[in-house]
Amino acid sequence: MDSLSLCLRSFTVIGRGLLPIGAEVEETLKRIQGQKGVQGIIIVNSEGIPIKTTLDNASTMQYAGLLHQLVMKARSTVRDIDPQNDLTFMRVRSKKNEIMIAPDKDYFLIVIQNPSD
Amino acid sequence: MAVHFVMEGNLVYQDSNEARKLEGLPEETVKASTEAHPDEEKPDTPVTPVEDGAEAEKAGEEYRPDSAASKADKKEPKVTKNQFNFSERASQTLNNPLRERSCQTEPPQRCTFSANANQWEIYDAYVEELQKQEKNKEKQKTIQLKKDVDKKKKKMMLMETQNDDINKVGKVAKIIERMLHQNTFDDIAQDFKYFEDASDEFRGQQGTILPLWKFHYDKTKKLSVTALCWNKKYPDLFSVGLGSYNFTKQGRGMLVFYSLKNSAFPEYIYPTSSSVLCLDIHEQRSYLVAVGFYDGCVAVYNLKREGQEPVYKSTAKTGKHTDPVWQVCWHNDDMDNNHNFYSVSSDGRVVSWTLIKNELVFTDVIRLSLNAEDKPSTQQASTAFSSLLACGTSMDFHKQIDYLFLVGTEEGKIHKCSKTYSRQYLETYAAHSMPVDTVKWNHFHPNVFISCSSDWTVKIWDHTINTPMFTFDLKAAVGDVAWAPYSSTVFAAVTTDGTVHVFDLNINKYEPLCQQAVVAKHRLTHIEFNPIHPIIIVGDDRGYVTSYKLSPNLRKKQMMKKGQEQPKGPEVEVVKMEKLLSLLREPEQNTV
Repeated sequence: MDSLSLCLRSFTVIGRGLLPIGAEVEETLKRIQGQKGVQGIIIVNSEGIPIKTTLDNASTMQYAGLLHQLVMKARSTVRDIDPQNDLTFMRVRSKKNEIMIAPDKDYFLIVIQNPSD
Repeated sequence: MAVHFVMEGNLVYQDSNEARKLEGLPEETVKASTEAHPDEEKPDTPVTPVEDGAEAEKAGEEYRPDSAASKADKKEPKVTKNQFNFSERASQTLNNPLRERSCQTEPPQRCTFSANANQWEIYDAYVEELQKQEKNKEKQKTIQLKKDVDKKKKKMMLMETQNDDINKVGKVAKIIERMLHQNTFDDIAQDFKYFEDASDEFRGQQGTILPLWKFHYDKTKKLSVTALCWNKKYPDLFSVGLGSYNFTKQGRGMLVFYSLKNSAFPEYIYPTSSSVLCLDIHEQRSYLVAVGFYDGCVAVYNLKREGQEPVYKSTAKTGKHTDPVWQVCWHNDDMDNNHNFYSVSSDGRVVSWTLIKNELVFTDVIRLSLNAEDKPSTQQASTAFSSLLACGTSMDFHKQIDYLFLVGTEEGKIHKCSKTYSRQYLETYAAHSMPVDTVKWNHFHPNVFISCSSDWTVKIWDHTINTPMFTFDLKAAVGDVAWAPYSSTVFAAVTTDGTVHVFDLNINKYEPLCQQAVVAKHRLTHIEFNPIHPIIIVGDDRGYVTSYKLSPNLRKKQMMKKGQEQPKGPEVEVVKMEKLLSLLREPEQNTV
């Protein structure tokens, strides 16, 4: 029973999905947000639905939808070549900013940074 | 007339009037041919017994044109008519009305399913299958302990799903943090990897150190760096012990781990109640960290475990030191494969601690006595002096010889000791006039060690000779000295005036190759070389750790004659050192 109560304590409900975030992870996300030049953070679940975001709704939906497909394609490419391999992270550097995506089994994290800020 | 049998048929007696009518012949009564007819009957018509009546025979005859030929009388062939009157007769039956009957059921539910069969999807499916099989095997093995296993499994399941979810986002967030860090400090990362100072060619033998990342954690502002150690397994991870050297300002301490990949925030943080004075990371089990405190305790932290508390901690009952612990050193596992480490403290004891199951068991290896051991001590003398113990301030184990170690004391002496002799020293060197801050064996040459002290000197010794081989006066109290892992003749020292000195004895025996002031107004406390990369980390008394890259001049390999290949390996280093030492020994032999 103790383990159950432990589990329930560290769940936070955000948006549609149940995103379990611990205190440490919350801190890490805050630090990321505070880093130089970071414009926004989006956490997307495996179906492409954004769960947590610091940007406005329209941009979030756009980023989430487009990048989800890109990440799936990239991951499929990497794994097709060698199934034991897997995608660790992706950077898309453009003229104005850099989009960094770190995928995972259930979620992926998108951070948009302007490194020259 | 009695009628015995009547059968209606379509056979007509040949000679009857009816037959003649059909044929169109005149009527005649001929009976002679009746006898011949039964022969002409078809064999498959039922043979009716002759007794039934001649009429049956008559009726059973078939009229055939052949029979007409056997007649006695032959008539003119006439066109025979069909004996059957063909008339169409139709009748319509009553048809049952058609009625449609159908039955509709609910269709089975459908959903569209699409999937790609990529190589990796197939691979994943196989892996899952394998795992299921393995789980089944395990289940079969542990059927006996059903209850316990079930309970544990339930807990495990809950905790697993919980931990998995948190850790997943956590891991990904960490990766992103490092990526951001790389972007922000992009120039430093490039320097670290690729920059080689080209101006070294024009500088002669001098070299420089290039500042790289600065590591700083907010909560360590008032603490000074008291210990540094690189992790052998992960060469980008290093540990920093924080505390205070000031006797009056003793408070809390901290054990912090940084990675070169993220200089903004530490990887692991352990606050401690007392200042950390020394630490050592186990060579093989790089998650075990031994720490010595100002209050005399030693503790072992396990990085793999959650929580801020050490796994083992010594207490007053279990033989903790009564004075600050100045140095801890992991050593080889003992015969029972238990980990053990040694600590030296100002209370004059060198203690060996063994991790047995959940306990820390201590053994006094040696008590550092003050008086010289050359005189045979009488019992009286020994009792009088045995209470006086020297204060040990540093120690180091020999790299190859298992039982040999050095202890530096507050009196400025260095003792060469053996694990097996607990009362006597193997040898004593009158090294310095002030406490010996650091003693370190050379990584390559088995006879050489270095020592530094607050009396402004760094001395290099050959342990077979009682006097130092080299002495360097650095004009300020030396905080720490370290041998380079890539060369037997390179070492670096830090002083309290904020300068880093790097020497290479192979190139210049008297002067440092690099003397760089890195921090103004603050004391540098410790220095360590990275085992793989050409960088050093320097700690100061504000809690800052800075990393520097060594310029090429400081990393020079031995120059060979043109055409000869550069020999590689530790033997080369030993030879290099040996050459230097032999140069020094020759004048001694000559004078003697």
